[in-house]
Amino acid sequence: MSNYLEFEQPLAELDQRIHNLKDQSRHDTKAAEEVKRLQKKIYQLQQEIYHRLTPWQRTLIARHQDRPGTADYITGLLRDFTELHGDRLYGDDPAILGGIGWFDQQAVMVIGHHKGKTVKERVQRNFGMPHPEGYRKALRLMQLAEQFHHPILTFIDTPGAYPGVGAEERGQSEAIARNLLVMSSLRTPIITVVIGEGGSGGALALGVGDRVLMLEHAVYSVISPEGCAAILWNDSAKAKEAADAMKMTAPDLLRLGVIDEVVSEPLGGAHRDAPKMIDAVKQAVAHQLEKLEGSPVDDIVDQRYRKFRRMGVFLEESGSDSSSAHPQNIQE
Amino acid sequence: MAWFRKKDQPQEPGTEKRVKIPEGLWVKCNHCREIIYKKELERNGKVCPKCDYHFPIDCAERLALLVDDGSFTERDRGLAPLDPLAFRDTKKYQDRLKDTQERTGLRDAMVMGDARVDGMPVVLAVLQFGFMGGSMGSVVGEKLLRAVERAIDVNAPLIVVTSSGGARMQEGILSLMQMAKTSAAIGRLKARGLPYISLLTDPTYGGVTASFAMLGDLILAEPKALIGFAGPRVIEQTIKQKLPEGFQRAEFLLRHGMVDLIVERKRQREIIRRFIAWSASGSAAEPAAAGRTSG
Ligand SMILES: [Zn+2]
Repeated sequence: MSNYLEFEQPLAELDQRIHNLKDQSRHDTKAAEEVKRLQKKIYQLQQEIYHRLTPWQRTLIARHQDRPGTADYITGLLRDFTELHGDRLYGDDPAILGGIGWFDQQAVMVIGHHKGKTVKERVQRNFGMPHPEGYRKALRLMQLAEQFHHPILTFIDTPGAYPGVGAEERGQSEAIARNLLVMSSLRTPIITVVIGEGGSGGALALGVGDRVLMLEHAVYSVISPEGCAAILWNDSAKAKEAADAMKMTAPDLLRLGVIDEVVSEPLGGAHRDAPKMIDAVKQAVAHQLEKLEGSPVDDIVDQRYRKFRRMGVFLEESGSDSSSAHPQNIQE
Repeated sequence: MAWFRKKDQPQEPGTEKRVKIPEGLWVKCNHCREIIYKKELERNGKVCPKCDYHFPIDCAERLALLVDDGSFTERDRGLAPLDPLAFRDTKKYQDRLKDTQERTGLRDAMVMGDARVDGMPVVLAVLQFGFMGGSMGSVVGEKLLRAVERAIDVNAPLIVVTSSGGARMQEGILSLMQMAKTSAAIGRLKARGLPYISLLTDPTYGGVTASFAMLGDLILAEPKALIGFAGPRVIEQTIKQKLPEGFQRAEFLLRHGMVDLIVERKRQREIIRRFIAWSASGSAAEPAAAGRTSG
């Protein structure tokens, strides 16, 4: 185990002590017993820490440098993946990875934000923050999937859209809006998995799915906690408070009706046991694909529209001069 | 996205300090900083006579500019915000809402209803920057959706006038989802072959720009209006460079191909009339597949 977060320091210390006793414990029964005791303690401490994570701690886990990313899920879930590049308009955005492959026997299109692993790769991929050409590449690939009636799998993992001059010049607003519009009526099933950070419009641009799954410690919000804190508290150091206030965790989003399913993570987070995590995602996706299979495409599109049409919580007060009879939309 | 300021300073969308129109005789222009005689500004439709900057106007003034006199009938007035997250920053969202509602007389940031342009029926929705920076939460999303459904019901064009800081952070992820909801609704409108006219005014940002605002069949902008996704301060902090002159102004968007036309106030109704008449004069052809204009 390595790369501990700040709130995991007590675990790191125990881990270090076990490490120090490792050699000795091979021939010393006392040391071996001590290792056993420490391992038990680690397990208890893990239970304590990871079952009471604050939204901010989840945010840190969601951003963890060792957390499996889109490329890992593609490798783990798909056979014969072939990457496809470019938006045919301006360029190829390395922050979004997409291509064709097979999920078991099913041909699929897969598209996701790509943060990269090494420092060099992260820089090259702009830390998973797309430019307009990224959204437009994603759109092109989605329409390609629709053309051949293949399901689309999207993975969300981005701090958000890139706030740069070129991105504005090339119309990132239009690019995101266009994706939302087209995805909402795309005539093929779409399954979305929020695997890490779901940051604002840059995340949603891949997120208009028939089923939206979210990993247990992933976060998904309208703005980053730091951004929210800077605007509403005038102090980006209040990110913890903002993370609490925004209700950005998977259980919160399930309760608000924004996602359909939470996928449990291995104890300590996805990065502590990536193969187990990837397998859990594979099972969840297989299950959802199975449920959508055989549904007429008209029904799928109609239900997707209704699903997003329902989103929001508001009151309809009397004295309304509306003639349309829409029910109040308050979810418990 | 979602970078509007607190309601105490609702008029500060850009890097420049904004000036409210005071009660006095003179006004300072938000854009060229010239001091203008207030009467002259009013006479000129709240357009700066020196630089053509279009000052913010209220809903009544907007209606007077765009639609036939007395033709507007508001709809879905009773839609009111709730506080699904029990959100609190330095102040409770509930208190913020209550104060803003009392101050503005509005329940939320969008006014929507039936109207006529040159006798032709339209559905019109106007975002109110004065209500929490025109931010989009559940009520704005629902109103826009109902505007679309109304336009489909009565087979009329939809006109939306925007001014917004973006998504309303106090409603968290539900605000983000309004982007998907409203864009999906516009898709339905397009699938019916009904025209959608989006008029962008100063300022239009974030989740509003990245959803219904940029999806117009016709996208008009007021001169000098600031329009973008990310706010200029956020961009400046990210790239650590000064932004180019005129960045995110309507003229910048026109140059980059993002809007059809910049139209000053006195010509807006005529341009909208022409587009509606033009779009209605075709034979009832196959409705286009929704939004498939790019790609
Ligand atoms: Zn001026």
